[in-house]
Amino acid sequence: MRLSRISKTLGIAAVASLSLTACGGGGSDEAADGSAVITADSVEPQNPLVPTNTTETGGGVVIQQIFNGLVTYDSEGKTQNDLAESIESKDKQTWTIKIKPDMKFTNGEAITAQSFVDSWNYGAAAKNAQGAASFFEPIEGYETVSAEGSTEDKMSGLKAVDDTTFTVKLVAPQSDFEQRLGYTAFAPMPSSAFKDMKAFGENPVGYGPYKMAKEGAWQHNSAIDLVKNDDYKGPEEAKNGGITFKLYQNPDTAYQDLISNNLDVLQQVPTGALGNYKSDLGDRYSDKPYAGIQTLAVPEYQDNWKGEAGKLRRQALSMAIDRQEITKVIFNETRSPATDFTAPTIEGYDENLPNSENTKFNKDKAKELWDKAEKIQPYDKSQTLTIAFNADAGGHKKWVDAVANQIKNNLGIEVEGKSYSTFKELRSEAKAGKLTGATRSGWQADYPSMYNFMGPTFTKGAASNDSRYDNPKFEDTLNSGLEAKTTEDGVKKFQEADSMLLEDLPSIPLWYNQANTAWSENVSGVDTGWDGVPEYYKVEKTKS
Amino acid sequence: MAWYLVKRLLQLIPVFLGATLLVYFLVFMTPGDPLDALCGDKGCTPGVAAALTKQYHLDDPFFMQYFHYIGNLLTGDLGVNFSGREVSSVLADAFPATIRLAIIALIFEAIFGITFGLYAGLKKGGWFDSTVLVLSLVVIAVPIFVLGFVMQYFVGVKWGLAKPTVSGAADWSDLILPGIVLGLVSFAQVLRLTRTAVSENASADYVRTATAKGLTRGRVVRVHILRNSMIPVATFLGMDLGALMGGAIVTEGIFNVPGIGNQLYKALTLGDAPMVVSVVSVMVIIFCVANLVVDLLYAWLDPRIRYA
Repeated sequence: MRLSRISKTLGIAAVASLSLTACGGGGSDEAADGSAVITADSVEPQNPLVPTNTTETGGGVVIQQIFNGLVTYDSEGKTQNDLAESIESKDKQTWTIKIKPDMKFTNGEAITAQSFVDSWNYGAAAKNAQGAASFFEPIEGYETVSAEGSTEDKMSGLKAVDDTTFTVKLVAPQSDFEQRLGYTAFAPMPSSAFKDMKAFGENPVGYGPYKMAKEGAWQHNSAIDLVKNDDYKGPEEAKNGGITFKLYQNPDTAYQDLISNNLDVLQQVPTGALGNYKSDLGDRYSDKPYAGIQTLAVPEYQDNWKGEAGKLRRQALSMAIDRQEITKVIFNETRSPATDFTAPTIEGYDENLPNSENTKFNKDKAKELWDKAEKIQPYDKSQTLTIAFNADAGGHKKWVDAVANQIKNNLGIEVEGKSYSTFKELRSEAKAGKLTGATRSGWQADYPSMYNFMGPTFTKGAASNDSRYDNPKFEDTLNSGLEAKTTEDGVKKFQEADSMLLEDLPSIPLWYNQANTAWSENVSGVDTGWDGVPEYYKVEKTKS
Repeated sequence: MAWYLVKRLLQLIPVFLGATLLVYFLVFMTPGDPLDALCGDKGCTPGVAAALTKQYHLDDPFFMQYFHYIGNLLTGDLGVNFSGREVSSVLADAFPATIRLAIIALIFEAIFGITFGLYAGLKKGGWFDSTVLVLSLVVIAVPIFVLGFVMQYFVGVKWGLAKPTVSGAADWSDLILPGIVLGLVSFAQVLRLTRTAVSENASADYVRTATAKGLTRGRVVRVHILRNSMIPVATFLGMDLGALMGGAIVTEGIFNVPGIGNQLYKALTLGDAPMVVSVVSVMVIIFCVANLVVDLLYAWLDPRIRYA
């Protein structure tokens, strides 16, 4: 014992002297400066920085740094405990969660079981109008607090047992509940938040590898300053002194800053630079698939796409699209052809699921299926098939035109892109069920589970079910996946459900997203997470 | 003179009301439900949607919404935008940067446009005149975002003469490059306007008289040619201040200036009517005031002009 303590002390001394040398050699290129602040790009958050109200990327990326919850995800999307000591359940329906003792928010307040209960209740209650409310749906009592006009704000399924233990009762068993808990909406907020959420959202206080640098660290539309949280004890300890998020209006501008070393880490190389970033940057980039997929939803409520004939036609459409060619020519291989409805970085992903041949380019088979559908119900040619996209973001036109051309050439039907000037205009039509053809669609995972790709998009009444897909058998399979006793059994059921979608094709899988992260000459150690967001805490500044 | 000023300022009231009503109506009529923009890609739950609708008065009929806005405005409250921020503080944050940008552009185009235009006009047909004419035509023809990206790449990235993007505070020195880009097109127009007016006035009778009186060339040029050529140019510059502020959106995007253009664009795509109307109203006021200043300048430039 004694010896080990001495050796430990010696070890610390050695490390300290090493790091001192590192500091002393500030001029050299190799020495990493642990106190140096890195710069990264983001966009102005749409809402105040409240974890339960942030579902978009601008705020999301900041929240991820300053709000950690019970668990976090490693680069591969595996969950690892952060604030949680243990998360246990025998039946996957009643969960007992123990948190580590003596943990503190960055304002010094203790993090207790009650902090979690209060934060989740706040997020779920309809009266608080929180954007991420639906994440609390599995919890018992959600239905009451989330009802229209409800004034209730306490879910019956949440109970704090003591300072470090609370129990969560779900409406039904959920085998992937633990995986969900790493999503930022489940992070705890201190009691000061609930007194004045508006002020809190401007100067948020949480528990994470970073904290806001000071009051007013969020300089709207220009930058958000974060500094390292020295009291953070989880697995994501920062190797730099902080992050300054520069808020850009235009991704091309961020790229110009990157190549002139005015920006350290760029989340995503903009479309305009995809052709030349490799030659611009040498080896300062990484291309890594992440949990996102682009699809083409074809609503079944349109006469041409109904019933058995509609199904055959959707299969024909899918086989008439040469994904390989489009990802190569249009995306410079920064997307990869999709063969299912989830994503390659998700546990349980299988590129050869039954029915995945429906996603392979096969001109002759496509024509054959189309003719077969014609015999059941002739195609109404007066209705041109349109592919809806919004022109206010994302550069969708190029690939939409390419897909339209391929379908036109391979099936001999009229197809054209239909541009909506704003996102809301497209959303409103999709929501009202007024689409006149297909629409660009897709999913970016909130948490690394196959269920997250299918539950919110293809179950009846789900907010993002643009195709109005309604298949009780599919939903049963999904639910039995959730109820499975082990994750492996769950994954099997999810794969089955995935395969059912591949047969029905309520939407057509196009390609998986890829993160093209890039960095400046001044940093090293940049790695991209399972969700496509760089793992900033690993970045080391080697030059300033 | 004072009466004229009061009259002109009073005219601002109906202009202001008309502009806000029209703009509010146009935003109201844009297709799509603002709620969908608020809820984003993944949608809201019905309970949240209902709460947001109530919070932003989204289901009120048009006139109710408009009067609600105007009513609050008269008490000095511009309301909150869809991000939950006070519109007044958004404006206070964003307008100074845009105004600085527009002033740099205006100074640039006035000084260089008039100087070059004067020289070209005096030496009409010379090599300087021909070169400048062709170049200005090129500048006018090339879209501003191309000019912006080219200048950013060469001046900012390649040669490192200026920072390629604007840093947080958007100081005057940061804004010189974007200001020049913003002012380039107008610079070419000012140049051509000045050149035409100068070359016309240079052969006018009173210039010949002045020269015959034995005045120095410098005085003839300054007082007799230039001053008389300034009326169309001043009109253009006055109008341009408004155009520069409204048109700064592209330049602001390229150089990442935290100005009003980006706020306006975002508010428009979201259908955030109170925000759009507030921005436009401030621009309308600036535009009107700039025009008033131009009208007053006329009298100084040409004493024959009187106000009544």
